[in-house]
Amino acid sequence: MRVSPRSSGRIKPSGRGTEVAIWYLMRVTGVLLFVMALAHFSILHFIWDPAEQTAEFVTRERWNNLFWRAYDWTLLMLVLFHSFVGMRTVILDYIHGARARVIIMSSMWILAGILFVIGSLVVFTLPGLET
Amino acid sequence: MRRYLGLLFRYRGREGTIAWAFHRISGVGVWLFVILHVIDIYLIGGNPAAYDELLAFYASPVGRVMEVLLGAALLYHALNGMRIIIIDLWPAMTVHHRKIWWANWIIFFGLGIPGAAIILLPLYRDQLDGLLRTLGVS
Repeated sequence: MRVSPRSSGRIKPSGRGTEVAIWYLMRVTGVLLFVMALAHFSILHFIWDPAEQTAEFVTRERWNNLFWRAYDWTLLMLVLFHSFVGMRTVILDYIHGARARVIIMSSMWILAGILFVIGSLVVFTLPGLET
Repeated sequence: MRRYLGLLFRYRGREGTIAWAFHRISGVGVWLFVILHVIDIYLIGGNPAAYDELLAFYASPVGRVMEVLLGAALLYHALNGMRIIIIDLWPAMTVHHRKIWWANWIIFFGLGIPGAAIILLPLYRDQLDGLLRTLGVS
């Protein structure tokens, strides 16, 4: 039986370097995101409706406890890793010029860094946490 | 554009190639939303009024259709990702990859249609209530 090389995932790189670590980490974060991202989407679209969600709601109801803040921050870390490493694969597939790669990848890491900082900032500093 | 779409669906890789293309498209789509979502969450602290305005857009008919598309991209990417992991960890499953792909679509529509119905409910609630009254259910 013929099986397209694309039938499975990206072929596991050989050796023990960074690429192998990335290959495993994409799968580990993928499984965690399967549970955590789908649960997050379900809670905020099926249990709560966007029409009920205001800044007040997030401060007083959603993020008034440590569990959901920790959950959302973990989700943020997982999704930033998984999505930016995934975008790196996409960029390396389509962008071949050395200069263009450096420029685009640098911009991507800067964007990831900004999202890391502003996302963490709001989780850690928003008032309303009841301890 | 038509030429590329034609290439995508006529290419001999069949299900495997389409699965890969959808995985990539849905992945880039979710990445774009993640950027928007981190910025909108930042507004809760930085500019709560702007956040409320944006959430009102999310709750509008156009916003809800976009949420259904986001949910579809997320669910497809999640299910196909599981298929990839199953095949990677258990290479013997590769011969069944098409069956897993079709099973994924059953799960996708099985969960996705009720999910979309809940998200879009405010768009047809009045008609639904009218229908239920006519039938004497409520």
